[in-house]
Amino acid sequence: MIEDPRVRAFRHFVIYMILTAGAFVMMVPLMWTVSTSLKTRDKITIRQLELIPDPVAWENYPRLFEMRPIGIYTRNTMIIVAAALFGAWVPCTLAGYAFARIAFPGRNIFFGILLATMMLPYVVRLIPLFLFFDEIGWTRTFGPLVLPRLLGHNAFYIFLYRQFFRGIPEDIYDSARIDGCSEFGVWWRIFMPMSRPVLAAVSIFAFSFAWNDFLNPLIYLGPNKELWTLALGLNGMRGFEGEDSSLNMIMTFSMLMIIPMLVVFYFGQKHLISGVTAQGSLKG
Amino acid sequence: MQASIKAQPSQSDKTWKLRMQEWWFRNRSLVGFAFILPWFASFIIFDGMPFIYNLYLSFTDYQIGTVGTPPWIGLENYVEIFTEDKLFGKSMYNTVYYLGFSVPLRLIFAFLIALLLNMRVRGMELYRTLFYVPSVVPLVAATVIFAGLLNTRYGLLNQLFVLLGITPVRWLSSPDAIKPSLILLSLWGFGGQMIIFLAGLQGIPDDLYEAAAIDGGTGWHRLVYITVPLMTPTIFFNMLIALIGGFQIFEQVFILLNTDGGPLQAGLVYMLHVYNKAFRDFEFGYSAALSVILFLIIFVLTIVLVYTSNRWVFYGDAQDDEP
Repeated sequence: MIEDPRVRAFRHFVIYMILTAGAFVMMVPLMWTVSTSLKTRDKITIRQLELIPDPVAWENYPRLFEMRPIGIYTRNTMIIVAAALFGAWVPCTLAGYAFARIAFPGRNIFFGILLATMMLPYVVRLIPLFLFFDEIGWTRTFGPLVLPRLLGHNAFYIFLYRQFFRGIPEDIYDSARIDGCSEFGVWWRIFMPMSRPVLAAVSIFAFSFAWNDFLNPLIYLGPNKELWTLALGLNGMRGFEGEDSSLNMIMTFSMLMIIPMLVVFYFGQKHLISGVTAQGSLKG
Repeated sequence: MQASIKAQPSQSDKTWKLRMQEWWFRNRSLVGFAFILPWFASFIIFDGMPFIYNLYLSFTDYQIGTVGTPPWIGLENYVEIFTEDKLFGKSMYNTVYYLGFSVPLRLIFAFLIALLLNMRVRGMELYRTLFYVPSVVPLVAATVIFAGLLNTRYGLLNQLFVLLGITPVRWLSSPDAIKPSLILLSLWGFGGQMIIFLAGLQGIPDDLYEAAAIDGGTGWHRLVYITVPLMTPTIFFNMLIALIGGFQIFEQVFILLNTDGGPLQAGLVYMLHVYNKAFRDFEFGYSAALSVILFLIIFVLTIVLVYTSNRWVFYGDAQDDEP
């Protein structure tokens, strides 16, 4: 069936119009954030739309660093990020490797448990974990945030690795083993180097979940401002109409949280999309 | 000196190595256990024990200041929740209201945009990025941005309303507008589901569409008889994840409305009620009971959805098994 070129052109025109309008609406909040983060304080209260502020208040960014301990917030956030990345790279890949390649008794039962924990809502663990960490004196420390990540407490990452490792041909594994390579050696020398795409995807997830985490830091670090992460620091900006937390400074802080995520997204876009798609493959 | 030692390993060294290798080979399953051990330890500490302890707590009167074993009160917490707790019904209503709008709307938007992006338009990658980028914005930042956009006096939305001659809305301080505000915020993040839909659409084989075209099928036929049926597994997956996640909505509400959930508690969602009972009122036993109820709701809902899914979800390979 051959389409009339004019109908085709019109159809394309309509599609582009819808997509462009939609993309514009999606971008408006971000454009507004960038614009507001560069406004002087007196500009905010003016009831007038102004995309490019005049004057452009670049000084908001250095001022934020003076007003708030951004360096400490960043360091605290990076402690959690580092634990998340270590967990994603070592214990999670080891577990994924074992589930994919090593035959050990009860493997299917353990794997069933792993899948079941993916369905376990966080809410049923919230209170007992808090009481437990309170009991051992770990509240107001990074312990409750760092320990699960260091141990690789993430079924979804392990599942992704397992799926990827199963796709690596058996022959490669067999020949390495025949040549005397240990399981550990196969994991480290062969599987890890071959798994860059899935490692990249999981690293992006691990980074962004640690970077964005809010409820856990709120419960464990909330009372102690010295331990605040960036997310808690940003939350601490709202609600005060004072000089240092007016709308423009809140948006400056927001930009500070968004930009690293955009950088990570930009460099990992290809892998991230394949990773998000892999979430979809769970349905099978 | 060292090099010569490495080049010619002594006999005893060699056999020791060989013996080690043999031992590991014979005890391969031990390696398997060792590899999953860190995860399994984390499962015991962070899933297994808390899950069981939470269940136990829900039958006790554990409050702040409780020393030693918390007093066992049986089903009292549950009875109180269902008979006296007005905020239980209120928060459940708010959560279901939010879900009822945000889940279908997100799915519809994500599916429609994915359909358009899949029409082989030029610049598809740019559009895909533009639609996806809001999902990359940290939730705390997204919420704070929406708090600004929806600000009654200085917010962009009300500034636009004034320009267009519409009466400004008190988005976050009038009970009627709070839930629509939350739904609006959730719609901004439909990009993740859109990406999953797009991948699903790209996996539909072209020959199906070609066959339909030869048989004289219109674009509408292709959508209704090929695309939608083949996409039902993806739709089902996205819906399930959105429902499970939506029941646990917390951060947005906490940041926008504080712990009381806004005027008339119009924004008090279920998780906020759980949080308040535990971390504001320190009634841990009661809060545990609330969390068990939410778990059961999510659990039953998942089972029912999975069980009924074979009526409308089309799994291609399932047909092959039929005689």
